[in-house]
Amino acid sequence: MSLDTTLPGSGTAPISRPVLESLARRAESVLLPFGALAVGLGAFGLFLALVGSSPLAFYGLVYKAGFGTAFSWENTLSRTAPLLLAALCVALPARLGLVVIGGEGAIVLGGVAAGAFAMFATGLPGGLAIAGMALLAAAVGAVWIGAVGAMRYYRGVNETIASLLMAYIAIALMNHLVEGPFRDPASLNKPSTAPLEEAYRIGSLPGIDVHWGLAVGIIACLVCWVVMERTTWGFAARIVGGNVRAAQVQGLPVGRLLIGFTALGGGFAGLAGMIEVAAVHGSANASLAAGYGFTGILISFLARHNALAIIPVAVLLAGFEASSGLVQRRLDLPDATILVLQGFVFVAILLSETLQGRFRLFRPEEWSRP
Amino acid sequence: MTGKWDPQRRAVLKAGAGLAGLAAVGSVLPFRAARAAALTVGFIYVGPKDDYGYNQAHAEGAAALKGMDGVTIVEEESVPETVDVQKTMESMINFDGASLLFPTSFGYFDPHILTLVKKYESVRFEHCGGLWSADKHPANVGSYFGYIGMGQYLNGVVAGHMSKSKKIGFVAAKPIPQVLLNVNSFLLGARSVDPEITCQVIFTGEWSMAVKEAEATNALADQGIDVVTCHVDGPKVVMETAAGRGAYLCGYHADQSPLAPDKYLTGAEWNWAKVYTDMIATVQAGGTIDNFVRGGLADGFIKMSPLGPAVSDAARTRFEAARAEIMKGGFAVIKGPLKDNQGNVVATEGQAFVETDVALESMNYLVEGVIGATS
Repeated sequence: MSLDTTLPGSGTAPISRPVLESLARRAESVLLPFGALAVGLGAFGLFLALVGSSPLAFYGLVYKAGFGTAFSWENTLSRTAPLLLAALCVALPARLGLVVIGGEGAIVLGGVAAGAFAMFATGLPGGLAIAGMALLAAAVGAVWIGAVGAMRYYRGVNETIASLLMAYIAIALMNHLVEGPFRDPASLNKPSTAPLEEAYRIGSLPGIDVHWGLAVGIIACLVCWVVMERTTWGFAARIVGGNVRAAQVQGLPVGRLLIGFTALGGGFAGLAGMIEVAAVHGSANASLAAGYGFTGILISFLARHNALAIIPVAVLLAGFEASSGLVQRRLDLPDATILVLQGFVFVAILLSETLQGRFRLFRPEEWSRP
Repeated sequence: MTGKWDPQRRAVLKAGAGLAGLAAVGSVLPFRAARAAALTVGFIYVGPKDDYGYNQAHAEGAAALKGMDGVTIVEEESVPETVDVQKTMESMINFDGASLLFPTSFGYFDPHILTLVKKYESVRFEHCGGLWSADKHPANVGSYFGYIGMGQYLNGVVAGHMSKSKKIGFVAAKPIPQVLLNVNSFLLGARSVDPEITCQVIFTGEWSMAVKEAEATNALADQGIDVVTCHVDGPKVVMETAAGRGAYLCGYHADQSPLAPDKYLTGAEWNWAKVYTDMIATVQAGGTIDNFVRGGLADGFIKMSPLGPAVSDAARTRFEAARAEIMKGGFAVIKGPLKDNQGNVVATEGQAFVETDVALESMNYLVEGVIGATS
């Protein structure tokens, strides 16, 4: 950013004034979170130094294990894949002013739906089967989280609590289904649905040992960004998020928007569950409840619910998690270390929200004021 | 793997090279020796390694290897049964040069270990759980397990003596064969002392869920149950809660006596230290670990916690006698005539299932005297 060198009022700025002003306005949403990230990392480094570990060695290892080698990238990107879709389940409703934190429920149920589909619809061609599993899983996820939106709209039920509690119900339901009706009798000590046929599995991207879920997640994020920022639906949704009354007065279909976008978010989470089953586990079982839905909350908030920003943030957090093992092994730090680091970063970025609009650098209209 | 930067191996190589300046002939030899000596072994746990339970038992086994010559241990805890564990294994192979891995959680095997065995054919994977079968799985993966049901039987013998209410309790994770065998063994051990005893089992549905484990334990205590054991990943919560309610404790997985020394009777523990030491010794001697390894009390795979101060002399005598009987081999906990708690016959007169019987591995019933349901 060359903002400092072309201070306002210098008259002879190489960039025209309107461009500069627009740059300055946009820079805030990039520089503030990055600054907060740096502060968070720095504060955690200080904490490490206080407990007697070398911050330099720590960040060196985080870099090496998360981003330093080809394997590190495979590791990071493999972990990124489910987080992208999980984060969308938080980000989309958030733009309508809803805090939905129960994406985990849609993920596990989507996974079970995919496993059940593969179990009962056998012998299909691979492409058709994968499409069927994906659609069913997305539909189940959409109904699950869409119900949260509907309860909010029709009955005024708090969506945060409802979605969280429903996630516990979903996990219990998953356990019941994979241990009961959908259980493969051959899965003795780890109750699961029947193993997917080979044709039903999702493979790796060409040239890298990361499954197709990553591509699906990135495409979903891009599509959501376009929908949110560049379509009338997205605009309407953001109005609802800004002020429900105003939206109603304008005659916007608030109910349909609320339910539609929560369902869309849930659909992505359900899809994430299906990808876990088809690309990683090969059957649906209790391992589906791996907490991706909860990491998705963190990512969405860090990305300020911007679908495009979710991609780099998810890669960053996945990289942190990828490095967790090496940090444990080399520095003899507990496994919670990376969780604490994430906590530091999360708090720093949340605090930076309070600084929005506090810096004159980002407010061109105040530049001329003394 | 030799191209990877590895300080330890490099140090060993340097030392080896210095010593072997004369060895123009055997330039390969010191290198081979160094390779054999620098065995890096990776251990992966699904939960914290100080959980007083499943993971601690494995971590204690790993700790026993740390003194061995030329063995480097790398460990990672709280690794979920997802793509995480695949990447952890790969990370140990790529960054630490591990050539022998012990991913210890049951759920790591299929699909995670099975995905990697094809990619890393020179690495040996050893999985705890006994799922390996020669016709389905490659040779660079093996499985090992212990007959810990016998330990729960011995727990039951002591519990049967110590219970005044004649009601004992079991907090269990999931109604799967391994757990059901433990529940049944505990009750049958107690009934070998007093056939009137009943055992209430409560399934929490999760391997690790502290709140439900505490609730279940309290529910057992509320019913007047005075000896409690469990089969969950980390027995700490069950033990502390039960002790707080005045019940006696029978441990599981690891030694929980430090949690409540006065209330702890005995416990069925894994003895992975012996199993792992033997395996590493085999590898270091240039041999190959068997793909399918099993053992019980007599083989040293299982051990019992030392009897606690509360255990009566009568209980002690009975316990020692039962243990001696099991050590002889061929002992059957499940033997006829025996019915399940629905009234179905599970073993007819004269029928006996010894600990090694594969029929026990698909157990789907609770025996008569156990209060609870498998579904």
